[in-house]
Amino acid sequence: MLELDKLVKIVGDAIDAGIRALGLGSAWVMVIQLAIAGLVVVAFAAVMVLFLVWLERKISARMQNRLGPTRVGPAGTIQTIADALKLLQKEDITPKAVDRGVYFWAPIITFVAALAVYVTIPFGEGLIVRDLNIGVLYILSITTFTVIGLLMAGWSSNNKYSLLGGFRSAAQVVSYEVPLALSVIGVIMFTQTLSMLEIVEQQEKFHQWYIWRQPLGFLIFLIAGTAEANRTPFDLPEADSELVAGFVTEYSGMKFAMFFLAEFLNMFTLAAVATTLYFGGWNGPILPSWMWFIAKCMVGVFILMWFRWTYPRLRVDQLMGFAWKTLIPLAFINLILTGVGIHLF
Amino acid sequence: MDSTALAFYSLAFIIIAAAIFVVTAKNIFHSAVYLIVALFGVAGLFVLLQAFFLAAAQVLIYVGAIAVLMMFAVMLTARIADAGVRHTNEQVGTGLLVSLGLLAVMLYSLWDSPFQFSGAPVAEGAGLTLGRQLLTKFVLPFEIVSVLLLAALIGAVVIAKKDDTGRAEPKAKYPAARALREDPDIVRKVPR
Repeated sequence: MLELDKLVKIVGDAIDAGIRALGLGSAWVMVIQLAIAGLVVVAFAAVMVLFLVWLERKISARMQNRLGPTRVGPAGTIQTIADALKLLQKEDITPKAVDRGVYFWAPIITFVAALAVYVTIPFGEGLIVRDLNIGVLYILSITTFTVIGLLMAGWSSNNKYSLLGGFRSAAQVVSYEVPLALSVIGVIMFTQTLSMLEIVEQQEKFHQWYIWRQPLGFLIFLIAGTAEANRTPFDLPEADSELVAGFVTEYSGMKFAMFFLAEFLNMFTLAAVATTLYFGGWNGPILPSWMWFIAKCMVGVFILMWFRWTYPRLRVDQLMGFAWKTLIPLAFINLILTGVGIHLF
Repeated sequence: MDSTALAFYSLAFIIIAAAIFVVTAKNIFHSAVYLIVALFGVAGLFVLLQAFFLAAAQVLIYVGAIAVLMMFAVMLTARIADAGVRHTNEQVGTGLLVSLGLLAVMLYSLWDSPFQFSGAPVAEGAGLTLGRQLLTKFVLPFEIVSVLLLAALIGAVVIAKKDDTGRAEPKAKYPAARALREDPDIVRKVPR
């Protein structure tokens, strides 16, 4: 099976040689390489979202004793493609009372931020767009643009439900960003590097996975990450029983689809970052590295979906209280324990 | 013009244009959005200087925390984003004086500082060096800034808190319960 890993490398080298054969300057070669890498990432993201939407519908159906989509394609696998085509054909409505500029840019910022994270995610051995030496920090900082998109959408829609959704998302993300960053620092204290690639390379053996040294940190990361990705039980910004659809209420057509795509991309990002930081990334025996990475991510995604369909939603005051009174103190305790542990051993 | 200069001038153009829009935008929410553009542009300048750690910190702190809080405050303030909110007040003269003074200080320090250029590439792991330096050589300034921020935070809370001293005691919420507590025999005094 390791031949599959080599196949990826051979294809990559062939494309590389092809670009170089064109005889352009080195700057142009880099531009073309990055453009191809970007296209591959966008294509991967699109296919992954199509698959995740289908998976979510199937899993939720099973958890509620239903069947989910069954008609379009085997076991309903092509259902999401049909839905996506329907969304593409829908009229893009801009209500009269919205603030046009902000309303237009909000979904784009949210979507681009969700996609930009994929630059530093190591999908497999040698399968990374760019290994930045500030990788983890880059991901943390780029994801903050998601909340700016949500705030812009909530404010510009000129609708009380959207505004309330925007409020909630801002309060939530600002609060949960603190324990998220603190839990990641626990891993960084061990790795001594912010590069995603080096973090994966340090966890080659099963017993080297950072989950064994950071169990509490991982728990905090998982909870805070779920809140950052606006998933149930922390999906208050778009609590449909209270806020219609929250900040997406006034959006339709492709703009709605962008928010939708960003949400699923963020879920996969969370699983991918957890895999990289805590579960050894693409390391694993027999199967090719990218297959291990995707498999581990899928387990993470399944856990997030499991959360969504089994837990009820929190109240706003519970949400804030939980972040500031439980998670942040726990994150600090984890940080201190980690520091003491590293000093002693 | 080489690509670095091109990138610098386009970034500078974006930052300055966004900064001008921040102060001239009619709507305060738009100002906040333009401020984000300007701050992100500055992060771009850091990337151009290969100070990746600073760029990420700039985005994380200024865009992720400060700008979000600013937007949050704007959204919480009733009618602040309505059209026709005045931009200027009677303090124009003082404001002009302060900003001109600030400009003079900045220009002087720019003029006065000897810029050293070095063709050497930025060392790998600059973030690591920065962290070490912050917690060893520069630990005192670092802590002083932290205390300053804390003081500003507490000061903001104190100023924002409503001053209740010297006012009449607020109306009791449950007058009947209070009367009963003060005089348990009141029940018997009630005319039947």
